[in-house]
Amino acid sequence: MSVLDSALPPRIALVGNPNCGKTALFNALTGSRQKVANYPGVTVERKIGHFVSPLGRRVQVIDLPGTYSLRARSPDEEVTRDVVLGRFSHEDSPDLLVCVADATNLRLNLRLVVELKRLGRPIILALNMMDAAEKRGCRIDAAALSAALGVPVVPTVAIRRGGVQPLLEQIDGAMAMATDAAENPASCGWSEPSSRDLRAYHQEVEGLLAGCVADAGLPPLATRRVDAVLLHPVFGLAFLFLVLFLMFQAVFAWAEAPMNLIDGAVSGLKDWVAATLPDGALRSLLTDGIIAGVGSVVIFLPQILVLFFFILVLEATGYLARAAFLLDRLMGGVGLHGRAFIPLLSSFACAVPGVMAARTIENRADRLATIMIAPLMTCSARLPVYTLLIAAFVPDRPLLGGLVGLPGLVMFALYAAGILSALAVAFVLKGTVFKGAREPLLMELPAYRLPNPRDIALGLFERAKVFLARAGTTIFALMIVMWFLASFPGAPEGATEPAIQYSIAGMIGHALEPLLAPIGFTWQIAVALVPGIAAREVAVGVLGTIYALSESGDALQSSLAGALAASWSLPTALSLLAWYVFAPQCVATLSVVKRETNGWFWPAVMFVYMITLAYGASFITYRVALALL
Amino acid sequence: MSGHPTPETGQSPGGRHLGELKKGERARVTGVDERGVVTTLPEGELERRMIEMGLVEGSHVEVLHEAFPGRDPIAIRVNEHTLALRRAEARAVRVAPAA
Repeated sequence: MSVLDSALPPRIALVGNPNCGKTALFNALTGSRQKVANYPGVTVERKIGHFVSPLGRRVQVIDLPGTYSLRARSPDEEVTRDVVLGRFSHEDSPDLLVCVADATNLRLNLRLVVELKRLGRPIILALNMMDAAEKRGCRIDAAALSAALGVPVVPTVAIRRGGVQPLLEQIDGAMAMATDAAENPASCGWSEPSSRDLRAYHQEVEGLLAGCVADAGLPPLATRRVDAVLLHPVFGLAFLFLVLFLMFQAVFAWAEAPMNLIDGAVSGLKDWVAATLPDGALRSLLTDGIIAGVGSVVIFLPQILVLFFFILVLEATGYLARAAFLLDRLMGGVGLHGRAFIPLLSSFACAVPGVMAARTIENRADRLATIMIAPLMTCSARLPVYTLLIAAFVPDRPLLGGLVGLPGLVMFALYAAGILSALAVAFVLKGTVFKGAREPLLMELPAYRLPNPRDIALGLFERAKVFLARAGTTIFALMIVMWFLASFPGAPEGATEPAIQYSIAGMIGHALEPLLAPIGFTWQIAVALVPGIAAREVAVGVLGTIYALSESGDALQSSLAGALAASWSLPTALSLLAWYVFAPQCVATLSVVKRETNGWFWPAVMFVYMITLAYGASFITYRVALALL
Repeated sequence: MSGHPTPETGQSPGGRHLGELKKGERARVTGVDERGVVTTLPEGELERRMIEMGLVEGSHVEVLHEAFPGRDPIAIRVNEHTLALRRAEARAVRVAPAA
């Protein structure tokens, strides 16, 4: 389709190796005028943005997942291949490919350029990170390279102001040529290359380098020296665990103040609505249903952002690949790939981005095993439940001379239980259904770089947007449904019990009670678990309703903790904690697993195995606690 | 830097492979041959991936780092970039002492 006879703006796609600074270039081109189609993993989603070229043309730009070749090896590389080849039925192939190459590492990057040239489509080669290349003493003759390749070559520095200007100017010219080319489309010359073809590409690259690069520069000595420590078998692992420890500390410490602010704002809004509206169903829906419900989810935003801040910074510096390298052998003990580290780390914030980040794992069995254990990582939605029960039942007793408290130790044990059970499940899965050797590890360790604040900020902004959108749609709708179930039918005249007892939710809870009695759950817990299936954290709010408490936020936490301590036995509380380590109580996770695995089979397997584990763990915990206490 | 165009002719009997190099050792790649390496990949795939990541006849390699335990995987310098791979798969890369 020609760009002229189309009402759509012309489209360019950014293609390149991982770590070539493609996302930085995308951010420099589009600024905040970008969106991701779905819940983002760690740069595995397709991002779309737009910018206005110097000639006033509005151009749409797609940031594709990084790849070393068009022979897609993992699901995210398949996206790149299919967009570039125009294989998606609902869209044409891009009008122009901007091939982004890391100027400090031309050999590997040019290999992909040579392959893309076979497509016969308009291409611009952007030599990114030219500043770093020059600093390294690398001298590239862009004009000669352009002549030898037969495509325009522009140097860019994505992280510097004005650093993409040469590319913008080139795009207008190339767009005009792209229009001509679109009228006489060249036949697509790409077919999957054999090893002989690949060697020929390699020879071609060697020729280009010999003709156009006077000095390839030295490999970065600084990176090598840093790695001598950070990849050291002992110090390297110690440093990794220190980083993880600091990260989890920060998730709690840094997020506390903003969480209190959100909490205050939610309570304020609730009080204001309660004071403004007359008593009735509408006021109840707004305050107890929507504001309290959505507020109880939005309050996790600071924790999620702190966690993603760390993940984004670690990824931008190049450290995440090192973490995968350090852990490959250890994780291999249970059959997992080193790359599974990144999805599992994301899952501590939320399993949804974690499951999506598993797309970077090439082998299907490795990827499924990672997806299946991701929800066992303690996500932040479990925290309010853990906090509540620990406050209610665990005495604040200092241990080891005041170094750690008993509540902190219990929290640590709950995290550890999640991680250890995930490893055990992975071990069982890899020994049975996902039998076979592990996918090879062939991973580039990029040179260390300072993260660019703008790219980190845009990444966080994107996470916040997606999270709030989810809170505003899925969770909003669930809250209304739950409020309805918990409010109707209302309590009869002269009722002495809380109104929720007589509602549909109450009836479901009572119906489930016999099933949950062997693990020590009361009917109140059963009622709270019904909406908790939708989203774990909602259970806290429901317990507040059941115990007829009017406070919210911190006040609710403390008074609810008191009420629970008075009405539950310790074995029941421990049993509920054990339940929460394993139970598949998150519709969002199950639905993303369905999407990522293309069917209901794997989410069904996940639900069944997790609920079985949860019931078993609770049963054992309850019975052991009853016997001992 | 002219490599051997085919792996079959580049073989020197009794040569070493990348998987047995120690930390600090440098070498030149003389061939890529995945036979004898146990892998989940279809035939020919490992060889192609190796070439795509720069492990091709004529490349200069140096073992930079070893992970724990068992000194595996290894991080190697391949010309100007750094690559992590396991020793088991590195067996597919034949090397000769650096000239």
